[in-house]
Amino acid sequence: MFTIIRAEWLSPGVKRMRLRAPLVARHRQPGQFVILRVQETGERIPLTVADSDADAGTIDLIVKVVGKTTAMLCAKARGEAIADVAGPLGRPTELSSDGHAVLIGGGVGTAVIYPLAHALRSLRNRVTAIIGGRTREFIVLEEELGAAADEVLPCTDDGSYGFQGTVADRLSNLIACAEEPIDTVYAAGPVPMMRAIADLTRPYAIRTIVSLNPIMVDGTGMCGGCRVNVGGETKYACVDGPEFDAHEVDFAALANRLTAYRVQEQLARERYDSKCALEVSRH
Amino acid sequence: MALTPKERMQITRQPMRERDGAARSQDFSEVNEGFTAEVARLEAERCLRCKDAKCIAGCPVGIDIPAFVAHVADGDLHAAADVLLRDNALPGITGRVCPQEEQCEQRCIRGKGAGCSVAVGHLERFVADWARTQSDAVAPPREPTGFRVAVVGSGPAGLTAAGELARRGHGVTVYEALHAVGGVLRYGIPNFRLPNEIIEAEVERLTAAGVEIVTNVVVGTTLTVDELMQEEGFDAVFIANGAGLPVFMGIPGEDLIGVYSANEFLTRVNLMEAYRFPDADTPVVAAKRAVVIGGGNTAMDSVRTARRLGATEATLVYRRSRAEMPARKEEVHHAEQEGINFRLLCSPVQILANEAGWVRGIECVEMELGEPDASGRRRPMPVKGSEFVIECEVVIEAIGTRANPLLTQTTPDIVLNERGNIIVDEDGMTSKRGVFAGGDITRGAATVILAMGDGKKAAAAIDRYLTGVDAPAATI
Ligand SMILES: Cc1cc2nc3c(=O)[nH]c(=O)nc-3n(C[C@H](O)[C@H](O)[C@H](O)COP(=O)(O)OP(=O)(O)OC[C@H]3O[C@@H](n4cnc5c(N)ncnc54)[C@H](O)[C@@H]3O)c2cc1C
Ligand SMILES: Cc1cc2nc3c(=O)[nH]c(=O)nc-3n(C[C@H](O)[C@H](O)[C@H](O)COP(=O)(O)OP(=O)(O)OC[C@H]3O[C@@H](n4cnc5c(N)ncnc54)[C@H](O)[C@@H]3O)c2cc1C
Ligand code: SF4
Ligand code: SF4
Ligand code: FES
Repeated sequence: MFTIIRAEWLSPGVKRMRLRAPLVARHRQPGQFVILRVQETGERIPLTVADSDADAGTIDLIVKVVGKTTAMLCAKARGEAIADVAGPLGRPTELSSDGHAVLIGGGVGTAVIYPLAHALRSLRNRVTAIIGGRTREFIVLEEELGAAADEVLPCTDDGSYGFQGTVADRLSNLIACAEEPIDTVYAAGPVPMMRAIADLTRPYAIRTIVSLNPIMVDGTGMCGGCRVNVGGETKYACVDGPEFDAHEVDFAALANRLTAYRVQEQLARERYDSKCALEVSRH
Repeated sequence: MALTPKERMQITRQPMRERDGAARSQDFSEVNEGFTAEVARLEAERCLRCKDAKCIAGCPVGIDIPAFVAHVADGDLHAAADVLLRDNALPGITGRVCPQEEQCEQRCIRGKGAGCSVAVGHLERFVADWARTQSDAVAPPREPTGFRVAVVGSGPAGLTAAGELARRGHGVTVYEALHAVGGVLRYGIPNFRLPNEIIEAEVERLTAAGVEIVTNVVVGTTLTVDELMQEEGFDAVFIANGAGLPVFMGIPGEDLIGVYSANEFLTRVNLMEAYRFPDADTPVVAAKRAVVIGGGNTAMDSVRTARRLGATEATLVYRRSRAEMPARKEEVHHAEQEGINFRLLCSPVQILANEAGWVRGIECVEMELGEPDASGRRRPMPVKGSEFVIECEVVIEAIGTRANPLLTQTTPDIVLNERGNIIVDEDGMTSKRGVFAGGDITRGAATVILAMGDGKKAAAAIDRYLTGVDAPAATI
């Protein structure tokens, strides 16, 4: 069992959790993730390791509630435990040095780019972070990123905070008027966002890395469920990725495969929510 | 009063009781019901107790078949179990999944001509199932040697090695990447062939013998082999991480929703229990029409699983003919009883999509057998213009696996062959001193009994290596 030693809400539906997982903490590098199972009969889901402390033996996860498993996980409080955590999985990020790196996080994708900020900074990069959310409430990790990045540029769809528009719009501006040319873009978030970023940087031939989020089961290369098409080749995101050259990724196929279990996911979520509601009404 | 050989010859092979095909194709309970004591004894009497028993040479671990079968005939199941366990730590498993018709039973003298071999597998299963209910089966613990061995992977190779090492008094820790133990026995082979209780009983026997099992550890990333030896204090390592990586055919349409590797499909259903969804959280696409590509045990397990998930049309597509199918005979027979369609001598060309990006069918082409290829089998060649479509919502590819590189990537001093499999010497030692390997990671996809044989052999070699008796020298 893996004990939760800290848990706090960062924004509505986004929770930061610190787990005791000493072996993962010892080896984990930026860009890697874990696969966890909240309880017996639970699903195995991948989550990026946002931060880790090898001495304390802990890892931090930043989780957005989207369905049953993430809801169950975020319902857990400090002191409770979850059944299984395996990792670190995936290849660490190949970090560039001595340049200008732009990190782009859409929604909870911010959790994925967050660990890169410190690492890039220590490799003498100038680091700009563009983070987006629907409204101000959904901007997460701004302060934490600020500690590592030279500049943090929040964006909201409704303009309630920061730049009004998408992170792609903000990047477009940055490319147009950057005093410093951009060497590398790292992006993580919803598929349409990553695709927009890829389309935007392609004509400028800016090296662009995206962190892909296909459905995974084992996370060790055994099932092939996480396969994605990159440059016409089949890659297993859990062992060959999750980061790939954005200009080579077949985003349409990825977006399609992510919808495979929509009906079942809704059913699972509804059953879970009504069970929770029942429990609340009993108290 | 012993029977004469002539009397023995007059007994016909006793059939295995099977649950009704139509009924069982709706559930995941075991197909075979096992022998009753009476039937087992009768079947055992069929054995001629040959002096020069050919069947023994057919068994990869050399079980003394006439001896154990004779004990069954005499009603001494204790003695029968002792004989079995001497050479085979998991008889309840091999009795169920060995390809007997190519091994022990193929060599049986009674199988020659029009005869029928002794049902060695079914008898083995009978004895093992009896032994599992006996509580006194646990061997007394040995004097601890103080040596510690790490075993990577909890499939048949890893479990066998762990048991053998513990029996010799070494401290054993098994590291398993998944949350559950058993390897392919657990996530691949379905419950209707090998119930989970049997794996669990074997694992309990190991833990009772002092073996420690740690799940959720992916050796190579969570801990490396070097760390196991240098920091965690293990004196030797046995690698048995299997042949994990599924291969796809590379035909158009494999990105569609509803296309699975057999590994993913079976893992979702067996390990994650998707057949219980929504009581278990992991979903699987349940199709009314499913097509499985391949002709081995994995293909057979997949197509029969799809049937149990509700496919009224479950079809197996295989590019050669029935005679070349590598699956166990019993599985093919059971699949037929369960109403599986066989489309032999045909090969997939492409997977077709509907407008929503889901599988709607698979286009295949008929094949004819041409000249023999390098393996001596006649090479299937497509028949021009014979293309046809099978409509379906799910396609499962069961065409093979490659070696998983996760562990070997971080241990560059372990030498691999050109297919990525670990090279070992006759003791099972790799090019890295103190590190041994066995099972599918050294052989490519093979069988449970061969994996167990490797585990056993390596355990003996590790014992010699640790205790300095005839220590094997690195020869690679
Ligand atoms: C490498 C990687 C890193 C990730 N890191 C984070 C992170 O740091 N924080 C975070 O909040 N989310 C992260 N995700 C996404 C997270 O795994 C999914 O949100 C989660 O699995 C949803 O599970 P659920 O049961 O709550 O929702 P469901 O209702 O089951 O699914 C909602 C959606 O999530 C996706 N999904 C479902 N099951 C899986 C699965 N087994 N694996 C992957 N995606 C799935 C599908 O698109 C689905 O439509 C990451 C995904 C990947 C592949
Ligand atoms: C569906 C299916 C049906 C089959 N049917 C039969 C049959 O009827 N008869 C028969 O004889 N054979 C059958 N086989 C083949 C047989 O199951 C294998 O040959 C056998 O299981 C190999 O054993 P193993 O111990 O080498 O590896 P596996 O059983 O593959 O076990 C390897 C274990 O190692 C774990 N692992 C992998 N990487 C790591 C890592 N880095 N760190 C820690 N753990 C790791 C895996 O999770 C797994 O649990 C079948 C195979 C399949 C897939
Ligand atoms: S282990 Fe397999 S090959 Fe050997 S006797 Fe038993 S069933 Fe036959
Ligand atoms: S060859 Fe057949 S008859 Fe002879 S000992 Fe073996 S099982 Fe018995
Ligand atoms: S999640 Fe199974 S191979 Fe990647």
